[in-house]
Amino acid sequence: MKQHRTWTGVVEMGHGAGGRDMADLIEGMFVTEFANDALTGEEDQAILAVPAGRLAVSTDGFVVSPLFFPGGDIGALAVNGTVNDVAMGGAAPFALSASFILEEGLALADLHRITCSMAEAARAAGVRIVTGDTKVVERGKGDGVFISTTGFGMVREGVSLSARNVRPGDAVLVSGTMGDHGVAIMASRAGFDFETDILSDCAALNGLTGAILDAAPNTRAMRDPTRGGLAAVLNEIARVSRVGITIREDDLPVRPGVAGACEILGLDPLYVANEGKLVAFVPQEEADAALAAMRAHPLGLEATMLGTVTEDPDCFVEMETAFGGRRMVDWIAGEQLPRIC
Amino acid sequence: MKYLDDFRDARIARALAAEIAAEVRPDRNYRLMEFCGGHTHAIFRYGVTDLLPPQVRMIHGPGCPVCVLPVSRLDMAIRLAKEEGVTLCTYGDMLRVPGSKKQSLLKARAEGADIRMVASTMDALQLARTNPGKEVVFFAIGFETTTPPTAVALKIAEAERLENFSVFCNHVLTPAAITNILEAPELRAMETVEIDGFLGPAHVSVVIGAQPYEFFAEEFEKPVVIAGFEPLDVMQSILMLVRQINEGRAEVENQYIRAVTRHGNETAKAMVAEVFEIGRSFEWRGLGDVPYSAFRIRDRFAAWDAERRFAMRQGQALENKACDCPKILRGAAVPTDCKLFGKQCTPQTPLGSCMVSDEGACAAYYKYGRRRVARMEAAE
Repeated sequence: MKQHRTWTGVVEMGHGAGGRDMADLIEGMFVTEFANDALTGEEDQAILAVPAGRLAVSTDGFVVSPLFFPGGDIGALAVNGTVNDVAMGGAAPFALSASFILEEGLALADLHRITCSMAEAARAAGVRIVTGDTKVVERGKGDGVFISTTGFGMVREGVSLSARNVRPGDAVLVSGTMGDHGVAIMASRAGFDFETDILSDCAALNGLTGAILDAAPNTRAMRDPTRGGLAAVLNEIARVSRVGITIREDDLPVRPGVAGACEILGLDPLYVANEGKLVAFVPQEEADAALAAMRAHPLGLEATMLGTVTEDPDCFVEMETAFGGRRMVDWIAGEQLPRIC
Repeated sequence: MKYLDDFRDARIARALAAEIAAEVRPDRNYRLMEFCGGHTHAIFRYGVTDLLPPQVRMIHGPGCPVCVLPVSRLDMAIRLAKEEGVTLCTYGDMLRVPGSKKQSLLKARAEGADIRMVASTMDALQLARTNPGKEVVFFAIGFETTTPPTAVALKIAEAERLENFSVFCNHVLTPAAITNILEAPELRAMETVEIDGFLGPAHVSVVIGAQPYEFFAEEFEKPVVIAGFEPLDVMQSILMLVRQINEGRAEVENQYIRAVTRHGNETAKAMVAEVFEIGRSFEWRGLGDVPYSAFRIRDRFAAWDAERRFAMRQGQALENKACDCPKILRGAAVPTDCKLFGKQCTPQTPLGSCMVSDEGACAAYYKYGRRRVARMEAAE
């Protein structure tokens, strides 16, 4: 077991000033915890040997509040969120950059906890954090810490995933329960005094996407339904591929605790964010294989065949309700929950 | 989910649908107004209309709290929020409602006004306690359901002598609005639709009870069935209304017996009566000035009445003339009749209040019902 240094004190302006304090923070915390050959703290860039092929790149900023929440923290989110965006392109992520904007006064112990969480998430996802940056802003100008990460991954040979590829007749598969992350964040915020045992589903999905592509190499598109929830993904795909989508509420997996919290707060699980789930659009003939592969993976145990893609010039997304009627599933309007990732 | 799935059971829904279909007479229509936005939302969200025979037509009523607030009152809140040292707090839906000159609380906030979304009046009180240097104003809206929590807040403010807290009161009364829809002669002249019966409010009735509806069931000979907000509640209540109409009865029946009694919540009513009195007239969006239809804060609590503390004045509102919200709110038009619907006016860019809240008829049509609308247009 690695011995971690104990950090005391808080982030000061000097930690971003380019002097010894900054070097100590970078060397002592980031380089030590992220520990890999490419990240030295001595160079302004990482130099990586990469194989020939197509490179997927994705970047994302993380401003979640609170920094620590049931089932994760901003560090794990910053790694998994970007790993997932790369993975949804059919790529195997291998490296990340990380840029930190720290607020003066943030406890160094908290920053260390976040750093360790990033290191752990990166190890679990099989990626290295190879370069980074640190800035400090005055107290009141940030909210503890904001993290931006950029991910790099090689796209699998022969795979071509795109939101444009989806065709009428394709199956819509979802990897598990909807709304866990958003509800976990909401429940941990001040002002909403209710208790749930719901944990964020924050997880890296590159293993799962690999398993799906092994089983269903002609998969058309994959998306992780984060902000805007499942509804946003379905509408985006429908719009870009010029198709309709019909889903069945009976096949929509939602944890009872999430459903209950949504009832109380007036939310709809279709619009609540996830951080460890994906939606796959798969040709009908490979749908069963894809579903079996998902269910065989630890992150897809509760996967379902949620619906089908239809021909529809209006590009509507509709749901057959469990009650026996039909309704539209529109985009979310306005913000349902601010700063969830 | 226990206690919820039971009220959303598809098998029971099909059985009820068959009963309704067997009960309706083929030679007549049943125009039923659901007063509450909560019912409108449930009808669309669960696709209840798909299970109803064509003879049953649901007319959406004005029971959406943010929809009926007149623009002039919202303008007052926006003006107050822009005053130095004021923190205005209110329920979430209110933030996006458009006021005069395309202003909204959300826009005022982006321009620097201190406007907070709260989930309860207790949060508003807490804001006042923790920000003694600020004037914290709770922008109170809603029907009889949200009135008791405001009464509690005012009583706590009095007990704690919380001097930097006040309430901008816009609480309105359901029975007055229903009576107005049924009797106002100027509304009749304005092509009000005929209504054969009412789905009575769910949560409002938990507070006020079933008794207040007895007057207009008798006076106007219209049946009322107080209905819960779950889809099976709605279906069962529709069946009860259809039966009353067929049998020529006009009674107040209570489908929502698991929550509503004849006299309601006596404790809540007593507390409301202690803090509020009924004002002589209040402007409603869509209905105009409705006599004795809203609460105002009693003199005893004058120190916590924002209208008196800040000498707030109701001005002339500038409404979008093409917006049909007023007609839609009294059931005289459906959302698709409005020229702005789905074009300039969408949930992303609402021009009228009915497009803002989930309980608004336009938002419900847009979010859940456009496919049906498209099919209807194709059929015409």
